[in-house]
Amino acid sequence: MFYREAGQFRTSYGQDSQIFPLRQDRFAMLALLAVAVVVIPYIASDYWLRALLIPWLIFSLVALGQNILTGYAGQLSLGSAGFMAVGAFACYNFMLRVDGMPFLVAVVLSGLCAAGVGIAFGLPSLRIRGLYLAVATLAAQFFIVWALDKFGWFKNNDPSGVITAQPIVILGYAFNTAQEKYLIVLAIVAGLALLAKNMARGATGRAWMAVRDMDVAAEVMGLPLMRTKLQAFAISSFYCGVGGALFAFAYLGTVEPSAFTIDLSFRILFMIIIGGVGTILGSFLGAGFILLLPIFLSVLFHAVFGQTVDASLISAVELIVFGALIIIFLIVEPHGLARMWQLTKERLRLWPFPH
Amino acid sequence: MTVQLHAHARAFPIGGPIIEVQDISMAFGGVKALTKISFDVRKHEVRAIIGPNGAGKSSMLNVINGVYRPQEGTLRFAGEVITGITPRRAAHLGISRTFQNIALFKGMTVLDNIMAGRNLRMHANFLEVAFRLPRALREETENREAVEEIIEFLEIEHIRKTPVGRLPYGLQKRVELGRAIAAEPKVLLLDEPMAGMNIEEKQDMCRFVLDVNDHYGTTIVLIEHDMGVVMDISDRVVVLDYGKKIGDGTPDEVRANQNVIDAYLGVAH
Amino acid sequence: MAGFQFFLEVLVGGLLSGVMYALVALGFVLIYKASGVFNFAQGAMVFFAALSFVGFMELGAPFWLALPITIGLMALLGLGIERFVLRPLVNQHEITLLMATIGLTFVIEGVAQLVWGVEVRRLDLGIKDQPLPWLADNAGLFISQIDIFAAVVAAILVATLSLVFSRTKVGRALRAVADDHAAALSIGIPLKRIWALVWAISGVVALVAGMLWGARSGVQFALVFVALKALPVLIIGGFTSVPGVIVAGLIVGAAEKLAEVYIGPSVGGGIESWFPYVLAILFLLVRPEGLFGEKIIRRV
Repeated sequence: MFYREAGQFRTSYGQDSQIFPLRQDRFAMLALLAVAVVVIPYIASDYWLRALLIPWLIFSLVALGQNILTGYAGQLSLGSAGFMAVGAFACYNFMLRVDGMPFLVAVVLSGLCAAGVGIAFGLPSLRIRGLYLAVATLAAQFFIVWALDKFGWFKNNDPSGVITAQPIVILGYAFNTAQEKYLIVLAIVAGLALLAKNMARGATGRAWMAVRDMDVAAEVMGLPLMRTKLQAFAISSFYCGVGGALFAFAYLGTVEPSAFTIDLSFRILFMIIIGGVGTILGSFLGAGFILLLPIFLSVLFHAVFGQTVDASLISAVELIVFGALIIIFLIVEPHGLARMWQLTKERLRLWPFPH
Repeated sequence: MTVQLHAHARAFPIGGPIIEVQDISMAFGGVKALTKISFDVRKHEVRAIIGPNGAGKSSMLNVINGVYRPQEGTLRFAGEVITGITPRRAAHLGISRTFQNIALFKGMTVLDNIMAGRNLRMHANFLEVAFRLPRALREETENREAVEEIIEFLEIEHIRKTPVGRLPYGLQKRVELGRAIAAEPKVLLLDEPMAGMNIEEKQDMCRFVLDVNDHYGTTIVLIEHDMGVVMDISDRVVVLDYGKKIGDGTPDEVRANQNVIDAYLGVAH
Repeated sequence: MAGFQFFLEVLVGGLLSGVMYALVALGFVLIYKASGVFNFAQGAMVFFAALSFVGFMELGAPFWLALPITIGLMALLGLGIERFVLRPLVNQHEITLLMATIGLTFVIEGVAQLVWGVEVRRLDLGIKDQPLPWLADNAGLFISQIDIFAAVVAAILVATLSLVFSRTKVGRALRAVADDHAAALSIGIPLKRIWALVWAISGVVALVAGMLWGARSGVQFALVFVALKALPVLIIGGFTSVPGVIVAGLIVGAAEKLAEVYIGPSVGGGIESWFPYVLAILFLLVRPEGLFGEKIIRRV
């Protein structure tokens, strides 16, 4: 009885197409943002920020990129980690080689670099689809990581093989503490998520989904297939690239190709499968789920078996649980956590009445 | 069932040819789908293409809007030669179509599907959409108004936010019609728009098709199996059999054509 | 002359390694042919099969006992996959099934790690990993006996399977099922039994591939990534062709080795990690159905 739309009338198309048409949703979102910005930095411990919240935000961003390409535009991609790597290395090089390069500008430029690479490796999508396209994206993944590793220029010819990311400095203010890094990541991710939501709801998203659902019909309606597909690759890679830059600068602190393996690409794909393919919310939910699961399992094991549990045992169980969850979600709720949330909201709207 | 068509004066009198098919031949590997087909479609008319199964009717439609490329022959649209154009170009020229097996975007709502049909009128790029700049917002609202008119016209207001995958077959076909007319086409190609419908649904669909022709002046080319429908709503009919044209004229003329009768009765010819 | 000798050695080495890829890819083709499912977990199955075999031997079972036990295990695994993963997803989009098999990969890897541990193991087939003396002495070519044995086994396997598919009643039933499940059911083909059979055969093929591969380079986790290499093989050969898989495997193996040796040094080496995939893309752009695959026609 609290979550109802009684009395809320929308009198214009503009109102009808808002992100949160219900007043309660708007309030909840604003409250959430307020908590995230004002409350969390004060009460969350460094561990929480560094190990949970920051990577969650970053992975949500990358999952968004994956969702745009695979969820909305229907192009199966297994190369997101590769595009992250492009972003990370581009950011490092821009900061290194251009004097006085502002961090935020470097991040945007890195995203654009990743977008360029994305377009290049997205070109095969004009002729091939489905599984075949996935293999092409695998080529991207392996090639990019190989190239970044092989050509020393990317690593500034550093012999040690481990490059430290430069500190984040914006307008003279250094973002060093966990709280500061958290806030800057939050700002970037929230902003990009909003843009993604706008695109998804608008003509851009419709074009993507048309290409996903039935590209022959889309072409017959005049939709430019090539432009739409490449655009999806570009925007998706941009998001992955920015995510990669943040991953290196605000989370890992180092820039190395070995952080961007095929395994990571699979995990990102899992994030959107579990979270909800083709939804914005799903990217956040899926990223959170995939991040929290290992921690949850580890805590569970230690609680049940005490401190004497072999690490490889836990990692084996983790693999099994991951894989099993993917299969279970695909069978039971293919639209993921986002749909489950939606169904919960619909029940809330009826509560306390049964129907 | 009867539909009163010619009982009132047409808002858009039938004009000269808008589509001219000249000696079109097309084959898939060894299978000849179309052999030297020639006919025309006049502006503002309702032209039916009929024929037994496998006669090449869908292939003909596919040639007209560029999905298939004919090996021989010429296709003209409003006087201009367009043989071998791409489907995208056909859409830009004002040729819209529906498909036999419903080609709706199953993951989207009714509203989004029909809005997608307006894509040729929406020019804002993705950045404008992402940042909700004025042009994008204005286009969204304007096109939403146009789409709501279509939704009202087709009497599907109650399902506008429903994902099309959940709709019954008859309503899906109606939504597909809506999406096709959303582009405000000059020519509408309908591939068996009434297949699989019961009598009431057919009556509704006929009414909508005729209203589109009457209200917007859209030229209609439709493939249809139901003879009653064809006889009632078309101005002229083309009959195909085994990829060849065996009849062309008004419904009455075609009905009396011995070749047509033989083809349908399966008499060897 | 020495240059040509070297080239020949690299070529033959590549071809033989291609045979290995083809063996892994063979399992993919079987399942795809029979059920239209792309079993991403095939590589994990190869790994699991090899690991189990070695594991059983370590537990004390002799070769002739460990082999049938592992075969039985793989057949059971296949049946389990068909029952619990594929059947619930039977009418879904092919991408959904693909993602389910990716999940399956993780499960199988996890179980392997859980049951048998993470150490690298040696697999001894009784064949020495040394150059065949006859070839070394007469032609100056140093080719490992294991590789030759693998090639022979692969040839026999492929020939047998090809014959089964094209000549026998079971093979015909398999092809019917691959084409159209509903139609096959309607003419009385026992769908579930056929699928069970196919998954069992595929498990056996995985075991053979795993044993040969394990004998060559030890049974280790990296084997799973070999499976990824099977993807370009499938693309180039065509997903549905058994002989195509062999030809494509040879092409990929040879091309990869030759590229590594001749182009590699000028760019720092390591080309093998991506070269087969780029090759596959080029093939896709020119001939999307692969060398021997069926042409894909999309009707509107």
